[in-house]
Amino acid sequence: MIIETIAFYLFAFITIASAVMVISSKNPVHSVLFLILAFFNSAGLFILMGAEFLAMILIVVYVGAVAVLFLFVVMMLDVNFAELRAGFLQYLPIGGLIGLILLIELIFILSAWVLAPEAETVARAPVPGGDISNTDALGRLIYTDYAYLFQAAGLILLVAMIGAIVLTLRERVGVRKQKIADQIARKREEAVAVRKVGTGEGI
Amino acid sequence: MGVGLEHFLVVAAILFTLGIFGIFLNRKNVIIILMSIELMLLAVNINLVAFATHLNDLVGQVFALFVLTVAAAEAAIGLAILVVYFRNRGSIQVDDVNLMKG
Repeated sequence: MIIETIAFYLFAFITIASAVMVISSKNPVHSVLFLILAFFNSAGLFILMGAEFLAMILIVVYVGAVAVLFLFVVMMLDVNFAELRAGFLQYLPIGGLIGLILLIELIFILSAWVLAPEAETVARAPVPGGDISNTDALGRLIYTDYAYLFQAAGLILLVAMIGAIVLTLRERVGVRKQKIADQIARKREEAVAVRKVGTGEGI
Repeated sequence: MGVGLEHFLVVAAILFTLGIFGIFLNRKNVIIILMSIELMLLAVNINLVAFATHLNDLVGQVFALFVLTVAAAEAAIGLAILVVYFRNRGSIQVDDVNLMKG
């Protein structure tokens, strides 16, 4: 129990500290790296809550794909980031005020919040007991009750992939490329000519 | 002193607030704004999983999975738009995004 508590405070503290660094770091590359740290530590929080599958998905999807994508874009774009930080302090008071108000509201909610008495009994898909792992239980749920939503999620990813490709694809002029369609569309008549060559004359 | 639901909710609340704060603080830098949105979605996921654990209900984790999917798609499309915008304008200043005079 004590180890769980220590682990929780460690993960929570590092998550929040790296979130602070994400939004306040001067260099966007550092921001992305702190984002990765935040994701790793929230994966630890997920494991503490017993959601092992989501923790692994968080690491695979976020650290492996999203964060690397961010890193890629940050390094690919040649942007003057010092210029972008101009006015950083100008927005500090209003941003801090709004953040503080929101935090106070959330803390009010947390302190005055009561769970409905029947909430414990209306679980839609109770966590199965026994030696069924979290991944197993989630799989049994996703592929049965939530099969359509799962398909829709796949469709969203497909549309996002196609959209990203369509947006960033560009035809560059002045580049010599193999035109396979032209090569296939070539007829025999366009390529081969039969000539009658006289003896001793040549073409 | 065990770790209960409230502990996770407080962490999620702080993370969400930091996300909002980051959007205001880095008003000119779209990349940091996208990262702040990721932080907010992470806070939402922590909330969903915390309640799923507390209520002993797996549906919360399923929802968190879908939120994760949408977040990944959103990041991909957002960064693609950013790359196209940078290619056309040569900058990613949010202040410059008034081409359509909306």
